[in-house]
Amino acid sequence: MGFVVSVGMEVHAELLTKTKMFCGCPNAFGGEVNTRVCPVCLGLPGSLPVINRAAVRHVLATALALNCSIARRSLFHRKNYFYPDLPKGYQISQYEETNPIGYHGHLELPTGKRIGIKRVHLEEDTGKLLHLPDGRSGIDYNRAGVPLMEIVTDFPPDIHSSEEAKQYLQYLRLTLIYLGVCDGKMEQGSLRCEPNISIAEEGSKSLGVKTELKNLGSFKAVALGIQHEAERMEAAVAKGETLRQETRGWDEKAERSYPMRVKEFESDYRYFPDPDLPPMKFEDAFIEEVRNSLPELPTARHRRYTSSFGLSDYDAELLIAEPAWAEFFDACVNKGGEPKAVCNWMNGDFAKMLNESGTVVSESRITPDHLADLVALVSSGQISGKMAKEVFETSFATGQMPRDIAQKQGLSQLSDKEAIRKIVIAVLNENADSAQKYRSGKTGVLGFLVGKVIQQSSGRANPQLVNELLIEELKR
Amino acid sequence: MSFTLEDLKTVSNLARLDLSDEELAQMVGNLNKVLESFRGLQQLDLSGIEITAHSVDTHSVWREDEPRNGLSRAEALSAAPASHAGLFLVPRIIE
Repeated sequence: MGFVVSVGMEVHAELLTKTKMFCGCPNAFGGEVNTRVCPVCLGLPGSLPVINRAAVRHVLATALALNCSIARRSLFHRKNYFYPDLPKGYQISQYEETNPIGYHGHLELPTGKRIGIKRVHLEEDTGKLLHLPDGRSGIDYNRAGVPLMEIVTDFPPDIHSSEEAKQYLQYLRLTLIYLGVCDGKMEQGSLRCEPNISIAEEGSKSLGVKTELKNLGSFKAVALGIQHEAERMEAAVAKGETLRQETRGWDEKAERSYPMRVKEFESDYRYFPDPDLPPMKFEDAFIEEVRNSLPELPTARHRRYTSSFGLSDYDAELLIAEPAWAEFFDACVNKGGEPKAVCNWMNGDFAKMLNESGTVVSESRITPDHLADLVALVSSGQISGKMAKEVFETSFATGQMPRDIAQKQGLSQLSDKEAIRKIVIAVLNENADSAQKYRSGKTGVLGFLVGKVIQQSSGRANPQLVNELLIEELKR
Repeated sequence: MSFTLEDLKTVSNLARLDLSDEELAQMVGNLNKVLESFRGLQQLDLSGIEITAHSVDTHSVWREDEPRNGLSRAEALSAAPASHAGLFLVPRIIE
C-alpha cells in the first residue's frame, strides 16, 4: 500500500527593520545579552506598544508578492501563554482567517506549481533561552519584540514531498530577500521553518495525524527532516502502531527526530484583540503604492532567463540565487552582452574567482562594463576563448578593462587572413609529410597542423580562420 | 451548558492559579452565576452590528522606524529576582 505525504509549512521571518516591532530598541543580531531592551519589550507594567510602520509595510509587500488578499482592517491579538521567553505572558500576534494583513494567496514556483498560502501575519519574536551548565536557565531578551512575519501554507497542503517543500522554502526565502524584508539567514535563525507532516494511504480523502518538526537550521535539515519523518510514520503504520499528534525536534548530527512537548490546543491560547493596539486600516492608495514598489521577483526572473534568453533551469537558478548577482547579469545584458556567454562567464570563472578570493560581487573590481566588454571581444573574434580567460584573470585582479589588457599585452587575436596565410604556408613547408598524409585522405592530421599554426602565432591566430586557410592551402 | 469543575481546573492551570479544593468549589459556583448574566446578554439581537474590539475610534497609529535608547542592562536586571552573567535567571526549563 502506497502512502501520500502531505506537508504544511510554517515559516517565521525576522524582518529587516532598524527597531523592534512595538518599541524603539534596535533590531540586531548578536552582541551583549540584554542590551537592547526597554520597558515595552520587557513587559514592565505601565508600558505601551506602538506599531512599527516599516514592519507593517514589509508584511504588506510580502503579502502582495505572494498574491494575497489584503485585510482592509487588521487587528493585533494577544496569544496568551506562560513561558519565560515572553515576559508579558502573551505574544502579540494576529488571529482569525481574514484578519491577518495578507490571506488566501499563493507562491508560484518556476515549474508552474502553485503553493497556496493561507496567511501572512505580523507578530513579535520571543527572547532566547540559554541553558546554563549548572542546570538553571537564563534569558536574553534582545530578540524579544523583534518584528516577526509568519507565513503559513494552505490546508489541505499542496506540498507532497520533501523536495517540493525544499523548493517552496527556497523560492519563499529568495522572494523575501528580493523584497528586502528578511536576510534569510537560516543559520542565524532569522528565517525558521516548521513543517508539519502527515501521511495518508493513497486515494484516502482524509489526512493522517500530523507531526510538527522543529529545530531545522538549514535547507538540508528541512529536506532530510521531512523525508525522515514521513519514513518513520510509514514504518510505524506498517507495524500497526497508531500515530499521535506531536511535536518532534530534529537532531541534525544524528539525522533523526525525537519527541518534544505535547502540543497545547489552540483554544488554550485564549486569543483576544489587544486593547493596547488600535486596528490598522489599509487604504487603496497605500496598497497600490506598495504594489508598485515591488521588484521583479525570483520566479518571474527565472522565467525570463529561461524563456527569453534560452538559459537552462540550472543556469537560471544560479543567476537568481542573489539579487546582486541577478542584477549584475541583467546589467551585462543591457550593455549588449550576449546572455548565454555572460551567464557562462558568471556561473563559471567569475563565480569561481569570487569564491576563491572570498569576495562578493558588489566588492569585485569586475563591473558589468568589464564583463560585457570581455564577451564582446570574444564574440567579435578579437580574442580567443583561451586568451579571454587570461584577460579576465588580469581584469579581476587589477580592474583594468579587458579591451585595454588585450591591447597592452598584444593578446588581441590575429584575424588578418594574409598574416595567418603566411604562417600556414610556412607550417605546411616544415611539415610536408603531414601535409602529404592529409592529401592522401588522413584528414585527422588537420588538428595537429592547426595546433602548429596557432603555436607559431604565439597563440594569437583565430582558430577558425586557421582551419579554413589550412584546408584552402592543402587543396591547392 | 454549565461551567464544570473540570473546566475550572483547566482554566486555572492555564492562568497558573493554584487553587484549593474549597476555592475551586466556591469559584465554580460564582463563575456559573457570571456566565448566567452573560447568557442574558446573548439573547440580544446584534445582527448587523460590527464587533467593537476597541472603544476609541482611532486606527493605524504608527511609529517611524527610528531607534531610541532603552534601559541599560543593569537597569533592566535590577528588578529581576535573580540574574547571572547578564541573563535573567528562571527556574530550569526542560524541553
